[in-house]
Amino acid sequence: MTGSTSDILVSVRNLSKAYQRGSQIVPVLEDISFDIPAGEFLALMGPSGSGKSTLLNLIAGIDKVDTGNVLIDGIDITTLDETELADWRSGNVGFIFQFYNLIPVLTAFENVELPLLLTGLSRRKRQEHVATVLSLVNLTDRMDHYPSELSGGQQQRVAIARAMVSDPAILVADEPTGDLDRHSAEEILSLMDRLVREFGKTVIMVTHDPRAAERAHRIIHLEKGVLVPVPPSVPSCST
Amino acid sequence: MFYLKLIIRNAFRHKLRALLTIIGVAVAILAFGLLRTLVGLWYLGVETSSATRLVTRSSISLVFSLPISYRERIRHVPGVTEVSTMNWFGGVYISEKNFFPNFAVEPETFLKIYPEFVLDPAQKKAFLADRQGAVAGRKLAAKYGWKVGDRITLKGTIFPGQWEFVLRGIYSGAQKSTDETQFFFHWNYLNEVMRKTIPRRADQVGLFTLAVARPDLAAEVSQAVDALFKNSLAETRTETEKAFQLSFVAMTEAIMVAIQIVSYVVIVIIMVVAANTMAMTARERLGEYATMKSLGFRGYHIAGTVFGESLFIALLGGIVGVMGTFPAAHIIETELSQFFPVFAISTSTIMLQLASAVAVGIAAGAFPTWRGATIRIAEGLRRIG
Ligand SMILES: Nc1ncnc2c1ncn2[C@@H]1O[C@H](COP(=O)(O)OP(=O)(O)O)[C@@H](O)[C@H]1O
Ligand SMILES: [Mg+2]
Repeated sequence: MTGSTSDILVSVRNLSKAYQRGSQIVPVLEDISFDIPAGEFLALMGPSGSGKSTLLNLIAGIDKVDTGNVLIDGIDITTLDETELADWRSGNVGFIFQFYNLIPVLTAFENVELPLLLTGLSRRKRQEHVATVLSLVNLTDRMDHYPSELSGGQQQRVAIARAMVSDPAILVADEPTGDLDRHSAEEILSLMDRLVREFGKTVIMVTHDPRAAERAHRIIHLEKGVLVPVPPSVPSCST
Repeated sequence: MFYLKLIIRNAFRHKLRALLTIIGVAVAILAFGLLRTLVGLWYLGVETSSATRLVTRSSISLVFSLPISYRERIRHVPGVTEVSTMNWFGGVYISEKNFFPNFAVEPETFLKIYPEFVLDPAQKKAFLADRQGAVAGRKLAAKYGWKVGDRITLKGTIFPGQWEFVLRGIYSGAQKSTDETQFFFHWNYLNEVMRKTIPRRADQVGLFTLAVARPDLAAEVSQAVDALFKNSLAETRTETEKAFQLSFVAMTEAIMVAIQIVSYVVIVIIMVVAANTMAMTARERLGEYATMKSLGFRGYHIAGTVFGESLFIALLGGIVGVMGTFPAAHIIETELSQFFPVFAISTSTIMLQLASAVAVGIAAGAFPTWRGATIRIAEGLRRIG
């Protein structure tokens, strides 16, 4: 975990974020700084409401920081405007959500094709890419199924294929196994593990699940909006 | 292509909801079309009136008549090619509820001035030859099962007594808009009876109808006719048939304005209902919009699909509504022919119906479109789960 600076892909610097709730300002993240080397499988843990999702969203460029910087591959994404950010996201980040977030009226194939519609790729090229990632997640035979016709584990594999199809350097996953049974969860974790090892992806995964966190190269803990170096006690999830 | 596919699939995601919305819009558009047609009917007499026909009546009021002696004097006004006499008879067939317009006319000149009433030459000859002869419109005859040669008795209201006629002809309209529910008989027959029974009411004419050579002569001829009888006991008012019809329409204008307002209220109601449905739909999908945005889709992509869906549903309802208007109009025309002899849907009504459907789609889609376009990703994603 002591990679040289040249290996650093994500660099979070003095990040703060607060939400307004009525007249009250609620701090969510306070002065967060850390680095993520390229090719790392990072788990982000912490109790519910500690700001994990917020931090992940800020790194993925789908929420705005109050102060601080997020440097990704040399680009400070906090300086990008809405349009630049949308373009940056579609080329650099793949999203995996707890509830898969597939579009119900689109088939598995069409869901995976979605990000490619924003590129100038020809129909044939798009189909090739979709077919490749669907075979990677082992769902070639289910590509014409609608999300409602797939199990949770299968839906999450479709979501992973969708995240992979534009070949981004970073995958962000917010509790990707939170809604899955043990077996499906293991499948998803193995798949993400493969994406890191075989395809060199950098994965940032928020999780509650210690068994999921075990797969990660490194675990960082958030507690009430600040990073804590060591979890207060080993069975941190019991309360 | 992708967006079209997405719009159509989204539109039918909740089949029952989509169906109910489409039916709602269709019924509103149908009602709107029928009400507009009803209003249009009121003005139909105005629109179908000939530009070369004038009407001369008493300058005081329609209920005052004019002496028959005016006929020849009007005839000699330069530009006038034909003059006919006409009295509103107001006779009742068997009972009051069998209403149809009936007039005493001077047959030969009348048929010349009103070529839209088309009679078979043999029937025309028979009608002209029989003093007690009458002609009825095709729809009127069909309604009461009258055949040529039948005896028809009308009970006089304005002109007392039982009036017996022999049906000598059944006319048909030259245009679709020609009223085929009217009844005409000889003015001379009416006048002769009046001479015998109420002599002071004899030789009196309700209206003169005039034909002029060219439309541009209308104003000039009107002035010339009215000047002729200026300062006499019975002054005249001559105007184009159109102006004459408009004066009738003006009496019931308030009702028509009310119907017009109702026709728009119907559209506003369906706008509100459809807007509520679309807003509900969009609210359920905010998470999806956020997901698509996280993948790089922009606000306008989302806006396009939401707005497209609203327009698609409204237009579908509009088309169903327009298609339903024709059979509905046909039923009205056949079942209520004594009130609506011609209930034809005009092209402009159809255009207005489709425009209203588009307006419903735009109004219903406006808020959800804005919501979809502006939803912040982090906020939208929090709604899932
Ligand atoms: N849009 C928002 N408006 C107000 N408060 C928010 C919003 N998003 C998150 N929060 C608050 O910020 C805190 C952290 O939320 P989150 O990052 O979702 O936590 P975690 O993912 O660790 O459970 C919570 O207290 C949450 O209620
Ligand atoms: Mg969370």
